[in-house]
Amino acid sequence: MKRKLISTLVGAALAVGAGAASAQISDGMIKIGVMSDMSSLYADIGGPGSTLAAKMAVEDFGAAKKGMKVEVVSADHQNKADVGSSVARQWYDVDKVDAIFDVPNSAVALAINQLTREKGKAFIDSGAASSDLTGKACSPNTVHWTYDTWMLANGTGTAIVKTGGDSWFFLTSDYAFGHALERDTEAAVLKNGGKVLGKVRHPLNTQDFSSFLLQAQSSKAKVIGLANAGGDTINSVKQAAEFGIVKGGQSLAGMLVFLSDVHGLGLDKAQGLVFTETFYWDLNDQTRAWAKRFAAANNGKYPTMVHAGVYAGVLHYLKAIEAIKTDDGTKVIEQMKKTPTDDPLFGKGTIRADGRKIHPAYLVEVKKPSESKGPYDYYKIRATIPAEQAFRPLAEGGCPLVK
Amino acid sequence: MTGNAPGIPIARATGATRHQQIAFLVMAGFFILAPVVIYPVFLMKLMCFALFACAFNLLIGYVGLLSFGHAMFFGIAGYATAHSAKVWGFTPELAILFGTASAGVLGLLVGLLAIRRLGIYFAMITLALAQMVFFFCLQAPFTGGEDGIQAVPRGRLFGVFDLSEAKAMYPFVLAIFLGGFLLIYRIVHSPFGQVLKAIRENESRAVSLGYDVDRYKLLAFVLSATLAGLAGGTKSLVFQLASLTDVHWTMSGEVVLMSLVGGLGTIFGPVVGAAVIITMQNYLAQLGAWVTVVQGIVFVVCVLAFRRGIIGEIGHALKKPL
Amino acid sequence: MEIFGIPTQALFGQLLIGLINGSFYALLSLGLAVIFGLLNIINFTHGAQYMLGAFVAYLLLNKLGIGYWWSLLLAPIIVGATGVVIERLMLSKLYKLDHLYGLLLTFGLALIIQGVFRNEYGSAGQPYAMPEQLSGGRNLGFMFLPNYRAWVIVASLVVCLSTWYVIEKTKLGSYLRAATENPQLVQAFGINVPRMITLTYGFGVGLAGLAGVMAAPIYQVSPQMGADLIIVVFAVVVIGGMGSIMGAIITGFGLGIIEGLTKVFYPEASNTVIFIIMAIVLLIRPAGLFGTQK
Repeated sequence: MKRKLISTLVGAALAVGAGAASAQISDGMIKIGVMSDMSSLYADIGGPGSTLAAKMAVEDFGAAKKGMKVEVVSADHQNKADVGSSVARQWYDVDKVDAIFDVPNSAVALAINQLTREKGKAFIDSGAASSDLTGKACSPNTVHWTYDTWMLANGTGTAIVKTGGDSWFFLTSDYAFGHALERDTEAAVLKNGGKVLGKVRHPLNTQDFSSFLLQAQSSKAKVIGLANAGGDTINSVKQAAEFGIVKGGQSLAGMLVFLSDVHGLGLDKAQGLVFTETFYWDLNDQTRAWAKRFAAANNGKYPTMVHAGVYAGVLHYLKAIEAIKTDDGTKVIEQMKKTPTDDPLFGKGTIRADGRKIHPAYLVEVKKPSESKGPYDYYKIRATIPAEQAFRPLAEGGCPLVK
Repeated sequence: MTGNAPGIPIARATGATRHQQIAFLVMAGFFILAPVVIYPVFLMKLMCFALFACAFNLLIGYVGLLSFGHAMFFGIAGYATAHSAKVWGFTPELAILFGTASAGVLGLLVGLLAIRRLGIYFAMITLALAQMVFFFCLQAPFTGGEDGIQAVPRGRLFGVFDLSEAKAMYPFVLAIFLGGFLLIYRIVHSPFGQVLKAIRENESRAVSLGYDVDRYKLLAFVLSATLAGLAGGTKSLVFQLASLTDVHWTMSGEVVLMSLVGGLGTIFGPVVGAAVIITMQNYLAQLGAWVTVVQGIVFVVCVLAFRRGIIGEIGHALKKPL
Repeated sequence: MEIFGIPTQALFGQLLIGLINGSFYALLSLGLAVIFGLLNIINFTHGAQYMLGAFVAYLLLNKLGIGYWWSLLLAPIIVGATGVVIERLMLSKLYKLDHLYGLLLTFGLALIIQGVFRNEYGSAGQPYAMPEQLSGGRNLGFMFLPNYRAWVIVASLVVCLSTWYVIEKTKLGSYLRAATENPQLVQAFGINVPRMITLTYGFGVGLAGLAGVMAAPIYQVSPQMGADLIIVVFAVVVIGGMGSIMGAIITGFGLGIIEGLTKVFYPEASNTVIFIIMAIVLLIRPAGLFGTQK
């Protein structure tokens, strides 16, 4: 059950351009905008849960005690770049929002990235996948948390090839994100000595994968890589079970799978699926404690790595403001890069010059129904990829900020 | 088949009445003064959609053809303008011209295919062709697929005026909107418009009088498509973004809704209809899927009980065409 | 052995899958063709009613514990009943007007139904369990055919052909066809024409609901499931001939197969091939392949 949360007032105000950077908190208030997909494909991955995560971070930071006024507002971008950029424009111009968080959906994220740079605000993205955000579209006003396509491709691709899955067939979502995922994973597979036996592209939001799965089956590849996300991944996995693919000896590699997807599929369909995430609620005591608090306020739904990214991002953002005493976007992002991060969810980490947040990644496998002992007890951690290896090397991104 | 469409109001193509002149001044005045109190980007969006709805209405109100695929012209022009501004470095007026021309060419191609059909068949074929355009835009590399074309530069108008500030962009968009609106008005109240009206009322008689009916309908279709393209190209410069939403069939549905609410076949109806729908979308955007529900309800209510639309009702009460 | 570079095994597999998809197209376009052919109404709500069928099945299972086989019967009746209500309260008022108003009304209704469900359930989609008796499959040599998909083909053929038979070959069907051509005359013979129209609309809508129930176990039950499908189904009906029942059935299956073949040889075009065919057909034979110009 979704919760509809209160969002910004759309007021009538003068659309005067933002004033020059000031050495204090603008209008005495730090306004955080959580923009997500509140009602469709990614609502369970980000959505209202992200707003909750942001609010938890503000509370845990203790803003009130430190004399800082922080407000959290939220909006639905409906997975449309034009809706997202209109809302962001209005937020920045009229509603005095200082920073935007979350934004799953790479197309929207790229638009917001551009806009935030123009307006000199701050954008901390924890939902989108595109590695271009820290590559050719990198910006001094953007931090990319949680994950990206390079990390997913490398983490999952390398790990699977090393464990014997050396022939691949790709089922790719036919748009920029899918292509990027396929390209990066293919590179990782080939680099580690694997082969790619074939690929097939399917339109976004396909209902019926039968003909594509048939082609995958007849290729006899050991691994079928699902270079898609959300509903497409769920449908592919479900129908793969129907066609007896896993029983026939092939394994499925999900390139982008979230806890909520596994929950939607159920363990009997999702068991054995291998993929990479950067956060799992059951990693250690701190993550468990936080997850239980989150679930209690989120209708029993446990947090995905996107939610964790929002929480950690807001915490670090507020710490940076506390240090430099201004909420000017460019300066805060600079400060965020200067200070190492430390939060209960991702542990210790850093933010690089290109805006990429670095933390370890985990190769997980979905448990069999018999192995699961409690709600959301879904993953076995197969391997941990250290932070320095998990993400694309700084020099390879093509980011102009990196000298 | 005479192509009569009882029920869809026929506009009267006479000279500008005093009421119409007053209405025009009110509308122009509103758009000139409003940016002081209302967010200009919102107003620019409104003007683009109002022009789009007016272009659509040209086809349904004056020719009697319901096109269920008008988004293809709006969206293709948006992509063409965005691409030419971003990749080829066109100045804004050239970029918009290029977009408009692209929509015109597409309008000609679609028109040649569609114009011989009438009524439901016409609507269906425009819908199907619009779907083809959508899938083309989805897959063609230059459109950027799901990402769309982003970071479109507004550029310098005529190489001189920098349009990146809303203060400069607004008068440009206002000029385009008023110009397009007056052009539509002129088309309707011209000998050409009179022939269209004749075709609308009794096609076989028009044929027997020697008019090449198909040529007239095709020309009207191309004009409608071109002006929809003008709106689309302008919009992509205002938002500096061209995306798949603009070519999706729900966009075609929205423009139908705008004309319906405002009043099919009225001059000012589409503008009012666009204002209502865009404002509603803005205020209800936070509520996510409720916007769709409300739009559906508005559709149903309008079709059942309010067919003349807002301006249509006002015009009916005043007994003057608006 | 290879045909055009594709091994025959794979080809047959894709043809069979195309046939399965064609079953859904046929079922849905049958409902649309019945409604348009007999009532001259373009039912844009058809996609939403298909979705309703799936959701009713889902709700019946999760709230009332009623399983698949009963849902096959109950869901179409429930969805058909909503159709009857729509027809009585709203559509009947538009018969005197241009048909385009009917299109606009059903379009608006589709938006309402889809919006309400999207609000309640989000877009992610709900799982619906495959009925026990139909799970699993058999290995046909050239592909593994899940039992459920075989069932879809069979059930769809049965429903389509029996509907065709009733409308074209029985007395009831002939009353229906006569009523659309000359309602006053038929009414003068003492037949309750408005009631027939209402029931026919309800039946066509019920067919959509049936397709929805059948789709539930294999596709996600999501509010969006009908939205893009409806346009494809329109294309099918237009190609087949808007008034022709047999035309809709044959075209539905045929297009499923063509789409399947396209996915093998040129997958990028698999979305658009139906519309290309529709554009060509409309140019050459505007009334559709099997239709008669009204």
